[in-house]
Amino acid sequence: MSSTDVARDERVVDDGTAPGEPAPPARPAPPGGDEPTNPDRADLRKILIGLVGAAFVVWFAGNLFLAFSYHPDWFASSRILIGVLALIAGVGGAFLLFYFINMFVEGLPGRLSRGLMPYAFLLPGFGLIALMLIYPAIQTINYSFANSDSTGYVGFDNYSYIFGNTEFRESLLNNLLWLILVPAVTVVFGVIVAVLADKLSARGEKISKSLIFLPMAISFVGASTVWLLVYAYDIGSESPTGLLNAVWRALGGAPEAWLQVSSGRLNSMLMMVILVWLQVGFAMILLSSAIKGVPEDTIEAARIDGASELQIFGQVVIPQIKGTIITVFITVVILVLKVFDIVYVLTNGRDKTNVIANLFFNELFNNEQAGRASAIVVVLLVAVTPVLIYQVRHFRKEETGR
Amino acid sequence: MSTQTEAGIAPVAVKPPRAGRGLMTDGRRRSPVAIVTMAFLAVLWTLPTVGLLVTSLRSRSAQADTGWWTALWNGGWTTENYRGVFENTTMGDSFVNSVIVAIPATIIPIMFAAFAAYAFTFMDFRGKDVLFIAIVAVMVVPIQVAFQPMLDLLGPRGLGVQGQFISVWLLHTGFGMPLAIYTLRNYMSTLPKTVIESAKIDGATHFQTFWKLIVPMSVPALAAFAILQFLWVWNDLLIAKLFLSDENKTVIVSLQGLLGTQGQGSEFLPAGAFISMVVPMIVFFTLQRYFVRGLTAGAVKG
Repeated sequence: MSSTDVARDERVVDDGTAPGEPAPPARPAPPGGDEPTNPDRADLRKILIGLVGAAFVVWFAGNLFLAFSYHPDWFASSRILIGVLALIAGVGGAFLLFYFINMFVEGLPGRLSRGLMPYAFLLPGFGLIALMLIYPAIQTINYSFANSDSTGYVGFDNYSYIFGNTEFRESLLNNLLWLILVPAVTVVFGVIVAVLADKLSARGEKISKSLIFLPMAISFVGASTVWLLVYAYDIGSESPTGLLNAVWRALGGAPEAWLQVSSGRLNSMLMMVILVWLQVGFAMILLSSAIKGVPEDTIEAARIDGASELQIFGQVVIPQIKGTIITVFITVVILVLKVFDIVYVLTNGRDKTNVIANLFFNELFNNEQAGRASAIVVVLLVAVTPVLIYQVRHFRKEETGR
Repeated sequence: MSTQTEAGIAPVAVKPPRAGRGLMTDGRRRSPVAIVTMAFLAVLWTLPTVGLLVTSLRSRSAQADTGWWTALWNGGWTTENYRGVFENTTMGDSFVNSVIVAIPATIIPIMFAAFAAYAFTFMDFRGKDVLFIAIVAVMVVPIQVAFQPMLDLLGPRGLGVQGQFISVWLLHTGFGMPLAIYTLRNYMSTLPKTVIESAKIDGATHFQTFWKLIVPMSVPALAAFAILQFLWVWNDLLIAKLFLSDENKTVIVSLQGLLGTQGQGSEFLPAGAFISMVVPMIVFFTLQRYFVRGLTAGAVKG
């Protein structure tokens, strides 16, 4: 690279008429780029080296990564060595891949080269998305009509099975409950915290925000462990070890095994608390920056008109941060639809707490029912479709407003 | 809500702020309601984590007999659990695995995404809108759709690399791609177009403009995405559990195993949980600024 750059800096703009793809550098340059060519003519050397180079990089990196798995002994069976090599091969391989693809496209005749360059830049990223998200999505829909090991079609059997299954219907209901409660509660807390933090001194705001934001760094499993201690119930011990039972006892209640209390879906709600605890920081951050963006003069004008602080908040601030509120809401909705870890590690769906994503995992992982698992995912996919459509529309509106 | 409003007072009549009773140094009125409520919420939000930390530092019998909040007068302090968790569980090994999984899975996607984001921001081509909308849509798709087909592709029926690190690196690279492209593109579109134009006039190719100008200018966004992706990979249970063999499992999978422990060994759980949380928390505290920026830039992930 560096030799190219030197050449670049000294180069006089002699062919300034072509603002598109310029000629390759005139002096010491990487292979294939060492002679000035007319950008409108194909450069066979570049095409060839680019093509062979890109193919070689893919072949080499691919085989190296496979070798990590097939022949760990070649790497002294050291996980750390493999990790380091993977990092180098991954980053270096990606760089070289783009380098050669770029060379190949640059070698093509001018107009074709300019036309293809964007696609060359997009290709690797989109290839990964196609391989790991788009193809599997289609395949999963396909599998949902197939049997447990995807070897033969069974029509709508999987769907009639899951919809006839009480556990599934229960899970749908629970997901609905999560969907109604968690995003709304998260947004409300987020707004409250953001508004109040805005009224604190700079230092107070920073500290209190950090503390509320901290759970964002904690995994769902870690958070579940944290809250398992809060909800702990010990039959043997004379004093409660769980915080909730301690508070409950102080209020005059008898200790409970909280995560087993399914009446009123209390156990589900206690798990929702964990998700809210994790997400309020996120809501706060987004809402806080939105609130700070509300122009002071709109608030001042309302004050002059004699509005109370509450009125100002409801009629001036809220309408102006509506967009952010919706963004936060949607993000939490997407998260809630897929909620898995918390339910899986705390109850695994016992005591009427099952949710779709946990049911999916158990069908796939424990029961090895690929067909049913796929059908469950398709239901999930259908459930996110409205959100997806909303997102696309919202994005389009924003783009035209840019 | 403040008790006194300044209703009816024109802005001109507002007295210049004086630091003193009831006012903060920047001249705003101190709000006792906000101070008390926020202090309460901050404590409420922190207490569960503090409870975990204190419990992890208490002996087995102390954990079982009394609440952690009594530790100040009941005692039972010990660091034995942290030694025990490394000696008696898979936590130590898993910690190394987590690092090996997380670092490549964080950095590799950035390379691919940055080029795509560059194309979306600075190049014009047919189908640009449609392709970018596809990115927006794919961000919402739940990753669960990918599992069975990817199990086929990577498992014994396919490449036979299920259980190895490569499968997880690959999956995280793919799953992180839409958010990465989206975040980076949003940031790049705020960069001044004139810089790119002048580079073009100077005869720089897109490849050179990308490396010499756009990558250095995009460092804040690259860092922001890297932090998000790192936390996401480190904290992931689903992909690690499905695609990593027992000896390659991450801290989160180990912790999930510990959660099932009853009786002997259950005292290691809080210590294990804390170990799994240490790295993300350090990342969080040192790079909070970038983390916030990343969250604000790309809110959704599927």
